[in-house]
Amino acid sequence: MLEGLKKGLYQTFILDDNYQYFIKGIQTTLIVTVFALILGVILGVIIAIIRSAHDQQPERKKNIFLRLANLICQIYLTVIRGTPMMVQLLIMWFVVWASARATDGNMIRCAILAFGINSGAYVAEIIRSGIMSIDKGQMEAGRSVGLTYATTMRCVIIPQAFKNVLPALGNELITLLKETSVVTVIGLRDLTKGALIIQSKTYQAFVPFFAIAAMYLVMVLGLSWLMGKLERRMRQSDLR
Amino acid sequence: MKKFIAALLVGAMCVSLAACGSKKADDTADTTAAETTESTDAAADADAADGEFTTVADGVLTMGTNAAFPPYEYKEGDQVVGIDAEIAQALADKLGLKLEILDMDFASLITAIQAGKVDISLAGMTVTEERKQNVDFTDSYATGVQVIIVKDGSDIASVDDLANDKIIGVQEGTTGHLYCSDDYGEDHVIAYTNGATAVQALLQDKVDCVVIDQQPAEEFVEANDGLKILDTEYVVENYAAAVSKDNPALTAALNKALQELKDDGTIQGILDKYIKAE
Repeated sequence: MLEGLKKGLYQTFILDDNYQYFIKGIQTTLIVTVFALILGVILGVIIAIIRSAHDQQPERKKNIFLRLANLICQIYLTVIRGTPMMVQLLIMWFVVWASARATDGNMIRCAILAFGINSGAYVAEIIRSGIMSIDKGQMEAGRSVGLTYATTMRCVIIPQAFKNVLPALGNELITLLKETSVVTVIGLRDLTKGALIIQSKTYQAFVPFFAIAAMYLVMVLGLSWLMGKLERRMRQSDLR
Repeated sequence: MKKFIAALLVGAMCVSLAACGSKKADDTADTTAAETTESTDAAADADAADGEFTTVADGVLTMGTNAAFPPYEYKEGDQVVGIDAEIAQALADKLGLKLEILDMDFASLITAIQAGKVDISLAGMTVTEERKQNVDFTDSYATGVQVIIVKDGSDIASVDDLANDKIIGVQEGTTGHLYCSDDYGEDHVIAYTNGATAVQALLQDKVDCVVIDQQPAEEFVEANDGLKILDTEYVVENYAAAVSKDNPALTAALNKALQELKDDGTIQGILDKYIKAE
């Protein structure tokens, strides 16, 4: 048993410099996660603002552009949330971006785009829940002291909403990090692909898979710690 | 009232589960009975010659394969068919077992054998030294050639051209993947989960060529316009069935059955049926 474990550890990490797969894999996984999150948050905020602006206006005062924008957003949300991530990624790589050569750079860009667009749909609904949770009086107060709608949104509503949605946003970040493991289908060498390659070279399953499980866990712990810090920082003004 | 309903549900579940259990038992009993009468002789022979072998499930030869590798194995509806499926069926008949085929990723096959999830794997698998350290192989039943597929008008004319900073598509965990990674470096090799995806990538110029076994390569080229196989092959190798190292009796029994099938021409017949003469 112990012999087997030693052999497994040796073949997984030391033989042929296999540990390199893990190091490169972690880099790829983190790059895809971080940039996809940034893209997702940008998309999410824009969509959340359109959707909540639409929802908060009385029926007869809605203008046609807002209605149209809201419709587009709703289609986006339905399609993205209603189809599996892996399928979206395959479509992005083999259909939408069919002309791209399979270089690491292209695959990473494609993964970031696909995951960012996917994440944007979930982030949008999270942020919208935050915007909707802020009392209507906040907007009325802002408007009555002469701020424009945009300024009130930017300086009053969004900061409060953001604080409220931080835990849910952290959740989305963790899910995103783990979900990036499906990039193996387009051939990108992320952390999971690294373990799969090692498995196919050495026929060891136990050690590589437990190793990447531990690595994902450590990354998630790190992210939750960062989110925790951010949350505490945001609470500083909350002494009431 | 709630308790009563709960009790009723528990009762219903017990009955339904029990029903499932007994039905399965009946099934296997039936099939084993049928199989044994059919092939008592063969099974008895094998037992006498090689001692007792065990299988993962009693009376069933569980085979693992990756059914995206025509003509060796591919799917027709829900069924896995092809050369390997037919050879495995012939082997199972010889051994007096029922055949069950599990479809999985190629790279997971050897792990599945080691973990005792399948008895054997026939997946157009080449015998290599590395694999031999982890599983036993039966005698070879076919030879495979790794060839290079390129698009018409590609600047790759022979194996030598692969070294010129080309991106090579392969099927993950195949010998093509291992050899190309060793020969040209990990960064030039993109591993896809199956051959069809690799060919798709080639069609879209995502990769410059695909290194894969000859027979599936011919099928892929036939199915897609604008592809061709280079005349120079990449490597030549032997296909064999993989069996767990803990089960030498099964390997011996399979080898014996395989020899009989080779002698009576069954194997050649199966190969001829799928691989058209040029």
